[in-house]
Amino acid sequence: MVDVTLARKSAPSGTFSWLFARRGRQGFDWSDALTYGFLLLGVLVMFTPVLWVVISSFKTPANLSEFPPTVLPYSAERVEVEGYAQPLPLFEVAGEDGEVRLLAQIRRVGLNAQMIDPQDVEAGPFTVPVASAVPLRQVNFVLENYTNLLVGQGGDIWRYVYNSLFITVVATVITLIMNSMAAFALSKYKFRGRNVALLAILATLMIPATVVLVPTYLIVAQLGLVGNLWGVILPTVATPTGVFLLRQYMLTIPDELIEAARMDHASEWRIFWRIILPLSSPALAVVAIFSILSRWNDFLLPLIVLNRREVFTLQLALASYQNENEIRYDLLLSMTTLTALPLALSFIFLQRYITSGIASTGIK
Amino acid sequence: MSTTNWVSRAGFGLMSLPARVIEPVMSGVQRLIGIKRMPWFFLIPNLTAVMLFALLPVLINVFYSLTGSDRLYPQDRPWVGGRNYETLFDCTNYLDPSTCSRDLFWRALGNTLTFVPIQVVCMIGIALITALCLNREIRGRGFFRGVFFFPVMLSPVVVALTWQWILQRNGALNGIFSAIGLNPVNWLVFPNTAFFWSVFVTVWAHMGFYTIILLAGLQAIPRDVYEAAKMDSASNWRVFTKITLPLLRPVLLVVFILSMIRSVQTFDELYILTGGGPGSATMLMVQYIYEIGFAIQPRNFGLAAAASLLLGAALLVFTAIQLHLSRRAQNG
Repeated sequence: MVDVTLARKSAPSGTFSWLFARRGRQGFDWSDALTYGFLLLGVLVMFTPVLWVVISSFKTPANLSEFPPTVLPYSAERVEVEGYAQPLPLFEVAGEDGEVRLLAQIRRVGLNAQMIDPQDVEAGPFTVPVASAVPLRQVNFVLENYTNLLVGQGGDIWRYVYNSLFITVVATVITLIMNSMAAFALSKYKFRGRNVALLAILATLMIPATVVLVPTYLIVAQLGLVGNLWGVILPTVATPTGVFLLRQYMLTIPDELIEAARMDHASEWRIFWRIILPLSSPALAVVAIFSILSRWNDFLLPLIVLNRREVFTLQLALASYQNENEIRYDLLLSMTTLTALPLALSFIFLQRYITSGIASTGIK
Repeated sequence: MSTTNWVSRAGFGLMSLPARVIEPVMSGVQRLIGIKRMPWFFLIPNLTAVMLFALLPVLINVFYSLTGSDRLYPQDRPWVGGRNYETLFDCTNYLDPSTCSRDLFWRALGNTLTFVPIQVVCMIGIALITALCLNREIRGRGFFRGVFFFPVMLSPVVVALTWQWILQRNGALNGIFSAIGLNPVNWLVFPNTAFFWSVFVTVWAHMGFYTIILLAGLQAIPRDVYEAAKMDSASNWRVFTKITLPLLRPVLLVVFILSMIRSVQTFDELYILTGGGPGSATMLMVQYIYEIGFAIQPRNFGLAAAASLLLGAALLVFTAIQLHLSRRAQNG
């Protein structure tokens, strides 16, 4: 609050003028404090939800169902006791004289529990009221959810991973080749109908995929591709933004290179493949990144086309876990983490490409 | 730079193998059709895909909207003329969805008309504040930019499930509430809170995208303009309204149009977060189209096509109005 009153004195235009102050000043003042305050609040709001999911994915199902939730994953401490096959959970038991003893629980019977002293097995089991026993817990990041997900469930997850990978890789490769071929034709040749073709491709920018949902499904069905991974790949390969971005880039490649190659009797395809494509690699990288992003995250088209569990993508499988009657949060959380992980990792390396791609074209 | 080299080396290394097979074939094609027709050869694959999956669907959509029955294939569908549109608009009182024969359509329309302005204005407002903050001389700008941007990379499914995990009855938010002595709230069960969180989550997920565009716009404003203003000892607020905003207007317009087009099409996040519920409180237009065309049996493709054509037309009109207004503002 002190900051604001100071602000009123120095800048009569209002409480929010700190926002509009521009960089290029010396020193640290109240406006910097507000900026950092806002940004740190942003970090909190943007980051903690995801961090919370990741932490939660290391909790045991019992720990997950607790309310209020514990911040860190806790699980019961267990101990091996001679004569018992499974490790037994440890409890702190307050005796009648107020002395606290560490006991291992064998089984619970109603309001009582059969416990045994791990230090003194010979004394044999004795009965303790449950009310006086507090489970001994420790912070423990359990990997159980991940092993259940990756090994259990009949290994279904690997099928979803394969489906998602197949769609992403194949669609991206086709997108790159097809879009750069079109961009090459539209940037390096003069021919009748060129502008019409460019217009036809760019006009599709105005047709959102959600608006043509029904006919897209029909065409996929006519091609016999319902329930087939290709039914998700083909409708998405011709992206107008990709053609546009590549064409703009190829326009900057000097025509002399092409003419020189023609002198050497290079075929047109060779010119395209050996000269134009390598020179366009920065633009290709941007198009590739966005293609990978949107194919990996795609939901609506797979939802209507991929109608069997065997062809589900990771996203569909994730959503289907949530739709089932009993929500298995243990599986859901570990799978959410694993689905987001590849993109989070690649983001660290590719941030500059992505942000510059967005800033220059507004594609996504 | 090193990333470029690595990416391109790996990419073209892989490509050179099939290239040896493809190149002779392609020079054969060139000999066959002549160099004059080669540009069309390069264009055909893309044009085919564009025709098949973008332009043709628009025509088919019109046909679907004029035919009835639950059959998928056009030859099985009887012509009904404008009856699908009549059904959608069949209301005794347009302000009260429950008097319409397709009340869900009107509820979805009403929800979309409430959701889009609120979501777009909140998102652009917060994105602009963030961009202004990031445009200042601060430490760790790259880190902060990354923090605001990374939810854009997450899939809508992951975003929705993340927030559902936080907002559920026994979730983290209610944990915090009970820790500070407030009663836990069933956030996604009441229409108003569900609507609030729908807006919040979609803003959370997408604002980074627009922040990046706005930041690029801010950085493109030449510095000497600001220095001149500083000479004239203009106040910060004055600099913002008289210099920054006018120079940022083209970018702001792009951001508005982009975000509006995407906001109208919101589906994935809300489908998973709220399922359109409670009741139909957060069901937007695209979900209605999905439900009526694909989820509810018998599938009503005609109605879905009619609704999506109306949606597409509305998008075009809004975009045109926005462009027109901005042009007038720039000229005036």
